This record gives sequence, C-alpha cells and structure tokens, in this order.
Amino acid sequence: MPAPIDQIVAVRGISKSYGSTEALRGIDLDFPRGKLTSLLGPSGCGKTTLLKIIAGLIKADAGTIAIDGKVVSAPGPERAFVFQDFALMPWATALRNVAFGLELRGKAKAEREDIARHYIAEVGLAGFEGKYPHQLSGGMRQRVGLARALSVDADVLLLDEPFSAVDEQNRRKFQEDLIRLRSNQNKTFIFVTHSIEEAVYISDRIVLLSPRPGRVSQIIEPEIDRSGDPDLIHRDKHYLDTVQEIWQGLKQYAE
Amino acid sequence: MATGIRTESEAVGLAALSARGEVGGWRDQPVLLRLVSIALFAGIWEIAGRIPVSFAFPTFSATFSAFVGLIADGSLPLAYVSTLQPLVLGIVLSAFLGVGLGTLCGLWRTGEWLLIPVFIVLQAAPVAAFIPMVTFVYGIGMTAKTLAVMILALPVIVLNTYKAVRNVNGSLIVMCRSFLGTRWQVVTRIILPDASPVIFAGLRLGVAAGFVGVVLAELLITPTGIGDLITFHRSRADYAEMYATIASIIALSTLTLIALQWVEVRVFRPETRGA
Repeated sequence: MPAPIDQIVAVRGISKSYGSTEALRGIDLDFPRGKLTSLLGPSGCGKTTLLKIIAGLIKADAGTIAIDGKVVSAPGPERAFVFQDFALMPWATALRNVAFGLELRGKAKAEREDIARHYIAEVGLAGFEGKYPHQLSGGMRQRVGLARALSVDADVLLLDEPFSAVDEQNRRKFQEDLIRLRSNQNKTFIFVTHSIEEAVYISDRIVLLSPRPGRVSQIIEPEIDRSGDPDLIHRDKHYLDTVQEIWQGLKQYAE
Repeated sequence: MATGIRTESEAVGLAALSARGEVGGWRDQPVLLRLVSIALFAGIWEIAGRIPVSFAFPTFSATFSAFVGLIADGSLPLAYVSTLQPLVLGIVLSAFLGVGLGTLCGLWRTGEWLLIPVFIVLQAAPVAAFIPMVTFVYGIGMTAKTLAVMILALPVIVLNTYKAVRNVNGSLIVMCRSFLGTRWQVVTRIILPDASPVIFAGLRLGVAAGFVGVVLAELLITPTGIGDLITFHRSRADYAEMYATIASIIALSTLTLIALQWVEVRVFRPETRGA
C-alpha cells in the first residue's frame, strides 16, 4: 500500500442548485497539500461555484468542506481568494490594496505595509506601490490581487479564472511567473480555468468537470518537468499529448 | 423654486469643471482662467449697468462699493451672524442624519420600505410651501430657520446616499468578506468609500438647497439676517446694497460647494486628484 497523500482540502458530497438548475451534484474531491490543482470544464460545469463554496462565499445545499480535517462553512484565515475581476479598491493604492487583508485583521500599519511591499516585489511590481488601480494594466492589477492573497499567508490560494481578463501576452508572462512563484511558496493552489492549455501548463493535477449537472468526470496528472525553461514546456511532448487528450474528452460538450 | 434650479445646475457645473483636466496648454491654468472668467462677468455687468438695463440695476462698481460700505458699517457681518447659525446647524445636521439614514435604508430592507417613500414625496413636493407651516408650529426663531434648511437639504442627501449604497460594487463586498472583514468593516471600508462620489454629489445639492432654505425662511418668516437685509434695501430702493447682499450669499454658497469638493477629493477619492 502506498503512503497516504497529505490532503489539505476535502470536498464531500457537495451539491448546489440555483432554482431548478442543478449546478453541482455530489462532488467528492481531495486536494493534495502543496500542489496546484485546476478545475477545468466548459461553461456551466459549476467550477467557479465549487471554488466559491470551498472559499465559504457560497453556501452548498448539501455536503461539507474540510480544511486540514476541520469542517468550514465561511471564509477563514487558511484560505485566500484571487478574483476574476481583480476586486481592487479604486480609491486605494496598490500598497493599501495588497495590505487590505492584513488591515482587516487589525495588523499595525507599518508592519502590514512591510509585508505588502515584500509580496509586491515578489509578484514583480516593485516600484508600483503608490499607483492606483486605474494606472495599472490588467495584468498588473491581477498581480496586485495575487499579492493581496499571498500577503495574508493562507495555506490555500483559490484563484477564480485569474487570467481571463488579462490580455494574451501578459497572461503568458503571468503564467510563467506563477510557476516560478509556486516553487518558492509552499502553498496549495486551486485554480479555476476554462483554458485547456493554461491548465496543462501550470497544473500538477487537473480535475475535469462535466456540465449540467456539474460532476467530476476525470482527474489527470500531467507529468511535466517545470524546473527548466518555461518556454520549453509548450513544446514538451507530454504537454501536447495531454492537451490533446483533454480536448478529445471535452469536445462533446462544445456547441 | 427657480432659485433651487439655479444652484443645482451650478453644482453640476462644478463637477464638470473638475472632470476635465487632461487637456494641455492654456487650459492647464485653472486659476488664471477663473480670474479671466470673473473679470469678464464683472465687465459685462458694468456695461449693462451703465446702459442702463433698468433703473433698479446698479453697475458692478456701485455694487462693489456698496458691498464695502455694508461691511464697514457692520450690517452685513451682523446679518451673516444671524443667517449662518441656522444654516450651518441645519446643514451639519442634514449631512449626518441624511448620510446615516440613507446608508441605513440602503442596507436594511425594512428601513428602505419605511423611509424612502417619505423622502421621495418630500423631494417631489414644492417644499417652500411647508415653510409657513413650520413657522406656524415652531414660531419665528432659530428652530424654524434650521428646520427650513433641513426640509430642503435632507431629502436629496438621503436619496443620493441610499442610491449610492444600493449600487456599491458587489464584487468588492465579496472580496472584503473573503478576507474576513466584519459587517462593520464592509460598511466603513468598502460601502462608504465606494459610495462616496454619489454621496458627495448629494451633499453638494443638499448644501445648495440649504442656502435656498435659509434665505426663503428669512424672506418669508423671520425678518432677520441676509433675507432681512435684502428686503430692507429693496424697500428703501438701495439697489446697489440689495445686489451686494444677494451677490455675497451667492458667492458664499459657491465657495462652500468648492470647499466641499476639495474635501471630497482630498479625503475620500485621492485617485481622482489630477491625472
């Protein structure tokens, strides 16, 4: 028997309906610690709903979410969220936006701004601390969103299609940076995306969801070496095969 | 209510003035531009007064020297002491009460249900008609004047705040909750700052309406303060003095609105300060 894998997030029997539309039915999933797991599927498969249920932002109709064995039903300090639309306060500088999670927790100003400065540098935005969101590009705004999630030092980062509002060139760069960031942050990532390439490029595990009602249809673990040049991944045979394999599986749901 | 419309459009005009600012060249000299604008206005007034448009229309220079005279003999400062007390009290009360009630209605369904219809009716009603009624109940003192200011200022402040709070960016509220913000923190750190531009638009309209209220009260009820000074000089056909008094209250109202805008940009929306 292989050694049990350390699971940080346990999803058990989660169901959710919106009126007569069944968004999720009986989802059972485990998320291993320190890995990046993507939730991938066509629109309507409930991937964002599942992520928001894990975040405690939406109540499930049935089932439980446990973090490190403890059942949770509301947002908690062990999880941090990165929003699709960035959700930055337009009246606050990048620095204050990044420090906002710590501000809400009542950390002293000097201390939280030191932490925020560290993570702003970490996501490659050093020098932009004093800028307001409207002075930053889409990609930079999402870097602020990511730095905000990192600065509260949560074990689990929940990312809801973080790159969908970022243009293509910046998205590529950001994906590369995310791979680099992951290697020096010992965190668990749960990543929602509708892009097959993106999922294969960055994920240790990919959970494929099928739509109406959302259910787990397949779990794929692409074995791609990400230690070298990130550009090489796009030409890696295993990468291309996995993209193709997932596409074959999802094709039936495309209109 | 023609006076009310004038002041409101003035407030809107001020907002447009600050929205501009990315155009280069001579437009980058707002102070100079404003001085030129004032000089032009004074010049046209002077010419119109000299034609003359009407025997009851004094020139700019006559009005200005009347203004100096009114300050020198102490009658204008004395009138302002009497006018400013109910005005400031009424506006401060309306601002706090209005923003408080508006926020409450925006957040709490029952409050919305109970209060918002009342304020919609109050805003739609020709409220100047209430002023004699206020006198009937509260006499002709400070209370009546303060109430007149509040009757005019409060509805627009409440309704703007309510609308602003209802239209707050929902995604920011979810963000605040996800980072463990309490209900109180959601209100103070997200809802009020996000709503502040519309709340301030309401405050500007409310302050302008408050000036209307106090002058109306002094013309209609209590022969004191600025209203009395206007009536007094009109009855003596001292048109220059009358115009000086009217111009002084218009100037004060405008300066107050500009100051309010300055506070808004400084304190609440620093990101809108210049490009």
